[in-house]
Amino acid sequence: MEHNTYREVGKPVRKKDAMQLLLGKPVYMDDITQGPALVVKLLRSPHANALVREVKTAAALKVPGVEAVYTWEDVPKTRFTIAGQTYPEPSPYDRLILDRHVRFVGDPVAIIAAETEKAALRAMKLIKVTYEVLEPVLDFRSAKDNPILVHPEEDWYPPCPVGGDSRRNLVASDVNADGDVEAVLADCEIVLDRTYHTKAFSQAMMETFRTYTELDRYGRLHVISSTQIVFHCRRILSQALGIPKSRIRVEKPRIGGGFGAKQTAVCEVYPAFVTMKTGKPAKLIYTREESQIAGSPRHEMEIHVRLGADRDGRIRGIDLYTLSNSGAYGEHGPTTVGLSGHKSIPLYTGNLEAFRFGYDVVYTNLQAAGAYRGYGATQGIYALETTVNELAEQLGMDPTAIRDKNMVKEGMKMPAYYNEPANACALDRCMEHCRQMFHWEEKYPVRDMGNGKVRAAGVAMAMQGSCISNVDVGSATIKLTEDGSYNLIIGAADMGTGCDTILAQMAAECMDCSVEDVAVFGADTDASPYDSGSYASSTTYITGKAVERACAELKTQICAIAAGMLDCEPTEVVFEGKQVRRPDTGEAVSLEQIGYKTQAASTQAAEATVSHSSPISPPPFMVGMVEIELDKETGLVTVLDYMAVVDCGLPINPALARIQTEGGIVQGIGHTLMEDVRYDHNGRPIGSSFIQYKLPTRLDMGRLHVEFEHSFEPTGPFGAKSIGEIVINTPAPALTHAIYRATGVWHRELPITPEKIALSRPEPS
Amino acid sequence: MMNIQNYVQAESLEEAYQLNQKRSGRIIGGMLWMKMARNTVGTAIDLCRLGLDTIEETEDEFSIGAMAALRQLEQHPGLNAWTKGAAARAVQDIVGVQFRNMATVGGSVWGRFGFSDVLTFLLSLDTYVELYRGGLLPLEEFASLKKDNDILVRIHIRKKPGAFVYQAMRNQRTDFPVLTCALSRMEDGYRTVIGARPGRALVLRDETNLLAGGITEESAEAFASWAAERIPVGSNLRGSAAYRTQLVRVLVKRGLLELGGKETWN
Amino acid sequence: MELKLTLNGRTVTDHIEPGLLLIDFLRSHGCFSVKRGCETSNCGLCTVLMDGRPVLSCSMLAARAAGHSIMTLEGLQEEAADFAGFIADQGADQCGFCNPGFVMNTIALLREIPDPTDDEIRAFLAGNLCRCSGYDGQLRGIRRYLDSKKADASPEKGGSHGA
Repeated sequence: MEHNTYREVGKPVRKKDAMQLLLGKPVYMDDITQGPALVVKLLRSPHANALVREVKTAAALKVPGVEAVYTWEDVPKTRFTIAGQTYPEPSPYDRLILDRHVRFVGDPVAIIAAETEKAALRAMKLIKVTYEVLEPVLDFRSAKDNPILVHPEEDWYPPCPVGGDSRRNLVASDVNADGDVEAVLADCEIVLDRTYHTKAFSQAMMETFRTYTELDRYGRLHVISSTQIVFHCRRILSQALGIPKSRIRVEKPRIGGGFGAKQTAVCEVYPAFVTMKTGKPAKLIYTREESQIAGSPRHEMEIHVRLGADRDGRIRGIDLYTLSNSGAYGEHGPTTVGLSGHKSIPLYTGNLEAFRFGYDVVYTNLQAAGAYRGYGATQGIYALETTVNELAEQLGMDPTAIRDKNMVKEGMKMPAYYNEPANACALDRCMEHCRQMFHWEEKYPVRDMGNGKVRAAGVAMAMQGSCISNVDVGSATIKLTEDGSYNLIIGAADMGTGCDTILAQMAAECMDCSVEDVAVFGADTDASPYDSGSYASSTTYITGKAVERACAELKTQICAIAAGMLDCEPTEVVFEGKQVRRPDTGEAVSLEQIGYKTQAASTQAAEATVSHSSPISPPPFMVGMVEIELDKETGLVTVLDYMAVVDCGLPINPALARIQTEGGIVQGIGHTLMEDVRYDHNGRPIGSSFIQYKLPTRLDMGRLHVEFEHSFEPTGPFGAKSIGEIVINTPAPALTHAIYRATGVWHRELPITPEKIALSRPEPS
Repeated sequence: MMNIQNYVQAESLEEAYQLNQKRSGRIIGGMLWMKMARNTVGTAIDLCRLGLDTIEETEDEFSIGAMAALRQLEQHPGLNAWTKGAAARAVQDIVGVQFRNMATVGGSVWGRFGFSDVLTFLLSLDTYVELYRGGLLPLEEFASLKKDNDILVRIHIRKKPGAFVYQAMRNQRTDFPVLTCALSRMEDGYRTVIGARPGRALVLRDETNLLAGGITEESAEAFASWAAERIPVGSNLRGSAAYRTQLVRVLVKRGLLELGGKETWN
Repeated sequence: MELKLTLNGRTVTDHIEPGLLLIDFLRSHGCFSVKRGCETSNCGLCTVLMDGRPVLSCSMLAARAAGHSIMTLEGLQEEAADFAGFIADQGADQCGFCNPGFVMNTIALLREIPDPTDDEIRAFLAGNLCRCSGYDGQLRGIRRYLDSKKADASPEKGGSHGA
């Protein structure tokens, strides 16, 4: 490709923390906070909807080692949101640290702090709570305008106008459109009308939610948390606790996975409250069960698609309505839903004459949802891509050919994507590449393997964004060290994704040095420049660009210092990586000399900080194809091969981009085939452990094959777009398609378990 | 998590037995399921020092100590040669190697768990349990008894010539099974064992002589249908009764055909 | 009660509560590589070697380890580093939280089957969950390591067993 001239960018560099992680060094929250700390435990509501009448804590407080038990009467009365979003947050202020009104099974009723876990658990058993049990709203389809209100409180407050109304159980609601969709659909030769249902899948990152808090040597609240959002977390704690931000420091150590879960301050407020009350260090580590029942999973959605086309396969109109279940609180409710339309419909910009996208986001008395990799796009793409596969099968067209005909192409303006242009789009090449690699022509026809087993294939496309346009801010500080190496300081959060490394690669490219010469630090609200955090596929694209720009500024500074040392104008010197040279005399000063110069009688710092934001959010694109073997008698689906081609612009680190893709695909396989979220008729979660909530093992995912088609995004660093989220979007529609090919049945609800396959029969056509 | 007040590594079976007569005493095996119970155990009695962690093969039988790990069952050359790999197949999808290094055969059998692959498999063989006080008992009889305060010492598998097949259906490869199915043909006839119904494994014999004329496509089909009618099944998180009934039919038929294909007997 | 065992080659004696789990004993003795990912014996993060066999330290009473040899990743740094770099080269370490358990079980795998097939690797490591990597990068890393050993054509076995 034409952009292969980089030294450090585009190379499969090892992650900077790789050997520390692989050799088990103590780098996570619980490893680095081994001093004495109060163990914090939460007593949780057994009811989906109830008022706390009375909490008797006397017996619990008598347990030796118990420091305190707090109830709703002890906490501040100002509502806030724990969604990690830029202020003013689209998510409603509907939370208190502890609320008298508990709204889902697992909502905290009391905070217990004790010297040992044993004492805390014993105290928990001794707390007597009297509830006034209320009827819950459990079905999200009947939540809107239900007489039972999840948030009847008077002080419910939406900081942004997103169409929410707590008197109607509405978190958000909107419709937008381009063209007259009803007229176009009426004119189409074929209109498919389909409804799809996806569940509240759990991120299930290996490190559960956890936070440590203490008062630092200035008496400020020092928070060490497994979080993707240190700055939002500081603001949330300030709001929740009613203390100024100057009194709070939030830092993250290494994080044991997030996938969006830790874009919500799920557990930070509780130990922080304990430390503020007691002055003592406090630690809260969620059990796996707590992470499963009181975390921040995907929004359950029901998506109604009407898709109009002509018999030649031209897709002319799309009408999409999403009902999203935000659960008991509104975190990320108003925003996730938007992606279900805005990051699915634009895939079919090719011939689209009109679209309409409407949604309602409702409260129910179930676990609150949050941010999960894909963030609504996953749900929308599952629905729309499956509809397109249904259309192709109904028309007897090759489903890859129908996409060739309708997909968005480079240079097109995307009306369903805020009229943004597809500056860099290799989706057509991804499709062709994947078709060749997968041997689509051979694999697409259904093959009978005997003994009830058939092999079949399915396909899907996907897109996502790169950042939240006009909102996200990424920043980088880069400074010269006296030995000629650099410190790169960021506020973005590496949660295993490798952003520390890819940002160092960019800095090394810019500064003409090696990746080893760039030490990375992040993220800490006291030390890092402001960054909205690592979410919305923004870090490579936004923070990466900030790094690129900060490096340019630093180079200018270094040249100015060198010019002073060489008695000339800055314009007369050139930066050459290890030195700055004055060509007309041949004299040069080394970076080391420049570094020492900044430390002696200097008035010029060799340090630059740049913030970056973007008015657009360039979509990465992807094609995924899967071959399965399906046992028609038992319903068992065996994934044989999953092949994918991704256009993320230029992959800054191809090894890490590939692993991101592979990891996303396997999560998607899990959601499609085995991970299930169930509640009993009282709203109690079933399957709150890894015994019941089954993640795919390495025996469940077949063989993966990932390749890339490069494009060049002019607004991204080195032409890069994002990769982290898009990769989870193709498995659900591709597998649904393959299962249809094998059985003749379209499954329109996830997960598609062996039982559903074995017991279903083809619908009469 | 269970609360353990006292822990003893018994020096003898008699000591273990005496400790186990108290209500608060519990024999611990691999402790994998037991630890999740939220109760209090007065004395956890560990048999780990009694030499019960071996599988011994003689001319007549395999003698499996109660503390032998499932991994040993999986890897025992003699037992797997005898069962043509059915022993390994029965346990190899149970969680993971580490788990199978800890879970004990005795714990699996004593627990008489509905989901047990081990119990399903052992019931298809000529298996006996050796109880410290109760002596030798056919496994099939033991499986239907209520738990008491005796101690399971060893499992004995008589080397009765036969052919053995093991299958299970799982929604995810290392999950609990939706249904387990072990089949055997020994000199006294066919045994079909269905577990994870989700209740405890049941043994079915060819009472109506559907297989008297040997295993053919038709006789296997007929027997599988009969088994599907006879085996009581229920619903749980992993599958409905209707699905399990279908699985009984499918797995029994496939198992019989596989069994029929096994020409060489031990 | 009194507990005496060999931890990473050194004799350790401590007073413990009878119900203490091995994972908590190990972490309280500085073995922070040992991680807890679930409470239900499902994830493999807490894998350590007991007398050379991989076990789940979250599911074993510390008391049962009396008189035995326990090895954690802290005690097997060299044996792990031998192949871990190949996994790092794939970027398959990712968040890292599952790595110690995965690395420990890979050590057990390579000791038991020095030249495993891909299917043997998958089967042996099936009890080690990873939510980030999608597993294939881990497999590629192990495969590259094995290939590099063959290229070196040195037949010697890596690392000795614990004391």
